[in-house]
Amino acid sequence: MTKQVRQLDRVVIRFAGDSGDGMQLTGDRFTSETAQLGNDISTLPNFPAEIRAPAGTLPGVSSFQVHFADFDILTPGDAPHVLVAMNPAALKANLGDLPRGATIILNTDEFTNRNLAKVGYAANPLDDGSLDGYAVHPVALTSMTVKALDGQAISKKDAERAKNMFALGLLSWLYSRPHESTLAFLERKFAARPELVTANVTAFKAGWAFGETTEGFAVRYEVKPARQQPGNYRNITGNTALALGLVAAGVRSGLPVFLGAYPITPASDILHELSKHKKFGVTTMQAEDEIAAVGATLGASYGGALGVTSTSGPGVALKGETISLAVALELPLIVVDVQRAGPSTGMPTKTEQADLQMALFGRHGEAPVAVVAPRSPADCFDAAIEAARIALTYRTPVLLLSDGYLANGSEPWLLPDVTGLPDLRVEFASEPNSPDGFMPYLRDPATLARPWAIPGTPGLEHRIGGLEKADITGDISYDPTNHDFMVRTRAARIEAIQVPDLEVEDPDQTARVLVLGWGSTYGPIGAACRALRQRGLPIAQAHLRHLAPMPRNVDDVLRRYDRVVIPEMNLGQLAQVIRARYLVDAIAYNQVRGLPFTASELEFMLEELVKNA
Amino acid sequence: MPDAKNVERAVTTAPIALKLTAKDFKSDQEVRWCPGCGDYAILAAVQAFMPELGIPRERIVFVSGIGCSSRFPYYMDTYGMHSIHGRAPAIATGLSTTRPDLSVWVVTGDGDALSIGGNHLIHALRRNVNLKILLFNNRIYGLTKGQYSPTSELGKVTKSTPAGSADSPFNPISLALGAEATFVARTIDSDRKHLQSVLRAAAGHRGSAFVEIYQNCNIFNDGAFDALKEPATRDDFTIRLEHGNPITFGRNAEWCVIHPPGGFGLEVRRTAEVEPHEIVTHDRTVAEPAYAFALSRLPGEDLRHSPIGVFRAVDRPSYDDLVRGQVAAARARLTGSPEEELTKLLNSGDTWTIM
Repeated sequence: MTKQVRQLDRVVIRFAGDSGDGMQLTGDRFTSETAQLGNDISTLPNFPAEIRAPAGTLPGVSSFQVHFADFDILTPGDAPHVLVAMNPAALKANLGDLPRGATIILNTDEFTNRNLAKVGYAANPLDDGSLDGYAVHPVALTSMTVKALDGQAISKKDAERAKNMFALGLLSWLYSRPHESTLAFLERKFAARPELVTANVTAFKAGWAFGETTEGFAVRYEVKPARQQPGNYRNITGNTALALGLVAAGVRSGLPVFLGAYPITPASDILHELSKHKKFGVTTMQAEDEIAAVGATLGASYGGALGVTSTSGPGVALKGETISLAVALELPLIVVDVQRAGPSTGMPTKTEQADLQMALFGRHGEAPVAVVAPRSPADCFDAAIEAARIALTYRTPVLLLSDGYLANGSEPWLLPDVTGLPDLRVEFASEPNSPDGFMPYLRDPATLARPWAIPGTPGLEHRIGGLEKADITGDISYDPTNHDFMVRTRAARIEAIQVPDLEVEDPDQTARVLVLGWGSTYGPIGAACRALRQRGLPIAQAHLRHLAPMPRNVDDVLRRYDRVVIPEMNLGQLAQVIRARYLVDAIAYNQVRGLPFTASELEFMLEELVKNA
Repeated sequence: MPDAKNVERAVTTAPIALKLTAKDFKSDQEVRWCPGCGDYAILAAVQAFMPELGIPRERIVFVSGIGCSSRFPYYMDTYGMHSIHGRAPAIATGLSTTRPDLSVWVVTGDGDALSIGGNHLIHALRRNVNLKILLFNNRIYGLTKGQYSPTSELGKVTKSTPAGSADSPFNPISLALGAEATFVARTIDSDRKHLQSVLRAAAGHRGSAFVEIYQNCNIFNDGAFDALKEPATRDDFTIRLEHGNPITFGRNAEWCVIHPPGGFGLEVRRTAEVEPHEIVTHDRTVAEPAYAFALSRLPGEDLRHSPIGVFRAVDRPSYDDLVRGQVAAARARLTGSPEEELTKLLNSGDTWTIM
C-alpha cells in the first residue's frame, strides 16, 4: 500500500529497554543511518552502571536518545517525540519525559502480568486508558521477530535477541533512513557467526517490511538533510574525539604519546581507543592504580614523551599529589577528567560538572595548573590539541575537563585538514644555557617555561624533585625569599599562558543579560538563547574554554552586561570563582541531576531574567 | 629537530670505552645524611661501581621516592628525580617503557617501598620492567624521626608505638618473590665488595632487579644488623649464597642448608651430621620461586641464618620490551607519513560528504 509521507524539520527519538536489549547499539545504528542522510544530529545515551541489572526492572533500563533535524541543532533534545519501549520498565521509566501527543511504540510481548508487577503496574497501561493522550503503537516485536526467523539455525534466545534489529528496521522505515550501512555493519559485527548475520539482517528487513505493510502506521516521515558546511563528516563521541585529538597532538608534535590509565567510568573508552593506535607511536599502559597511572605518565613526560593520564573525578583525587609534583617539576602533563556525578562513587554513568574547583584548586600547596574544557563531543578533539599545546609550550600540567555527557554523546564532526592543525613541535634543551653550566630552572622570559632537558642529553645531567628549588639553579632551597618568589613565579607561569579572548554571541547588540557557561552546557545554553532571540528577546552568550588562565577580556565582557547568569551542573563553582575574581554579582543557576540541562528549562529561567533586566 | 626518533634510540648494552671514575658520579651537592649513616657507604659503593656499567652518565637515571635513602639522586652526577613517597617504581616504569636507551635505577627505603608504595613495588616486579630497584632497609622511619616501619620487628618500641608495635613485619625478599620478581638479592651496606658484586649481577639482569640492602640507621635503630656484621656472630648468622656451590656457612663451613624429606622448606643443619649429597646446591635460575622463597624464610627473628647474595635470577620477558615490541610492530605497518596516516584514521568509519 502507498503511504503518505510527511515532512518534519526535526525529530527526537528515544530507544529504551532492558540493559540486555541492545538499545545503545540500536541507537548507534539509527544515528549512523541518520548521519549518512545528512541530518544534523545530537545524541544522549543514558545507561545504568550495572552491566546487567535484574531483567525487567526499573534500575535496569537503558536508553539512547537521538535528535535529528534539517537545521543545525545543539542538544539531544529536551523531550522525545517518539519513545520505543521494549518492556514495561522502559515505559514506566521514560513516560514522564514524554509530552502529550508523543508517539509510543511498545513491545507488547513483554507486557505480561509478571513484568507489569515487577515495576509496580497494578493494571496494564495498554488497557487502562492511562496512555490515552499518546499515539500508541502496540507491536509484538519479540514474537514477530521469532516468527520471521522461523526455520533459521539459531537458538530461540538468539532469535529473541534480534528483536532490537526488528525495531530498528521499523524505525528506519518510519523515518525513511538509508539502511545499507546497518546491513554492512551487521556483516562486520557477526562475521565470525554467519547465522547471526542472517538472523539480524532478516529481523531488520522484517521490521522494515512490517512498517510498509501494517495499517498501524499510516504515515511515513522524512527529515531533509541539514544545510551543513561542505566537507567530510563522521559521527563522533566525545571520548573518541578526545583520543583522536591526542593522537593528532602526537603527530603534530613529533613526540611519542604515552597514556597511563586505570579503568574508570566514563573515561575508559579513551584508553580503549588510544590502545588501537600504536602505529602512531602511542603507548598505553593500564596501570595498577590511578596513582601509578599518573606516575608512569609523569615518568614518560620526563623522558620526552607527550604524557597523558585519563580518568574521572575519583581518579583525579588520587592523582593530586603527583600533579602537584608535576607543578614543581614543571613538566608537560595532560590530565583528562571525564567528570561524573559525585561525591564518592556517586553515579558513575551520569554527568556532572562538579570537579571544576578540584581542577583549579584541589592540590596541596599553591599548585596552579592550566584548565581547559571542551564544549561538545566533536570539540573534544580540538580541546585535546589545545591542552597539548599548553602543556608542551609552557611545561605545565593541564587539566582537561570533559564530562559523561560529552564522553558518550555524539554529533557530526567536520573532519579537519590535518596539515592545518597547530604545529606543536618542541625543542628539547641540547646544550648548557649559561656560562656556569646547565641551569634547569633558568626560564624562557616569554613563556616562563624552563628548559625540557631529557635524560640522554650529554652535558645536561641534573637532578629535579619535589623539594623547593632555588630559582635558576634548581638546587634544593629553604630560603624564605626564594620560596615566596618561586610560588609567585609558578602562579605567574599559568597567568602568562596565551589563550584566545572570550567570544560573545550577541547578535542584536542590545542584550542586557549575559549567560556565561563552560563545558558541556554549551549546547543547551545555546539552544535556549536561540529560542529567546527568535521570540525577540535579546540575550548574549559566552562560553569559557579556558578556565585557567581565563582569557584577558573576561572582565570587560562581564562589565558590559547588567546581569550575568551562570548555569552549571554543580552548586555554583564557576559562579563562585567569577564572583571572587571579578567582583561581579553573577547569578548561579544550578542543577545536579546527573543529566544535561534541557534547553527549555534554561529558556524559561533566562526569559524571566531578560524580562526583568 | 627533536622528534620521536631521539627518544627511540637503540639500546646499547655493550659497554662503551669510557674513562669514567667514581669521581665523575659525584654531584656538587653536599651530602646531608647523619654522620655515621649506612647510606654513605652505599653511595660510595654505587659511585665506585658505576664506571663498570660502561654507560655514559647522561644515560643513567636515578629515581627515588621520599625518605632518607631517597635523597640519593641528588648526590649522583647523572640524571635524577627525587619524586614523591612510594611512587618511584611507577614513575620509573613510565620512563623505562618510553626510553629503552636509559639505565633506570630506583632508590627506595623500607617505608617508601613496602608501606606507602607497596602496590607500585609489587606491580613493577610482576611486570618485570627494566629497573634496578635498590631498597635500603633500616627497619625504621628515619626522616620522620623514628617511627616503626613495615620491616620493624613485632613489638618494636618507637615514638609511635610506646607499648610496642602490633604488626608483623614484611620480609622484603619473600614479598618480592611472591610477586614473582625475576631477580632478587640481598646485601649489606658495610660489605662493599659484596654490595658491588650484587650490583654487578643486578645491572646485568634484563627485567626488574630487586636488591635489598641492609642499612644501618645509627640514630633511630642503631645496630639493627650488627649480628651480621660483628666478628663474633657474623659467620654463623650469614649465609653467603653462591650460584652452583653447596650452601654451607660458618667459619669452617660447619653449617649447611638441606631440604628435609617430606618438608616444604629448607632447614639449617650441622654439616657433619648430613650426607654431602643432602646439602642444597644453590641455583639462582630455578624457575619455580618456591625454592628462593624457602631460602628467604631461613632467618629467625634475631637474623640468624640470613642469606645474602642473589636468591633468584631467571629470564622472563620484560613489560617494557613487550610493549615497545607491540608499538614497533604497529609502526612497521605504517605506509604513509604520519600526517597521511592521521588523515586516514580521522576519515575512517562511517563518513559522509556534504557538497
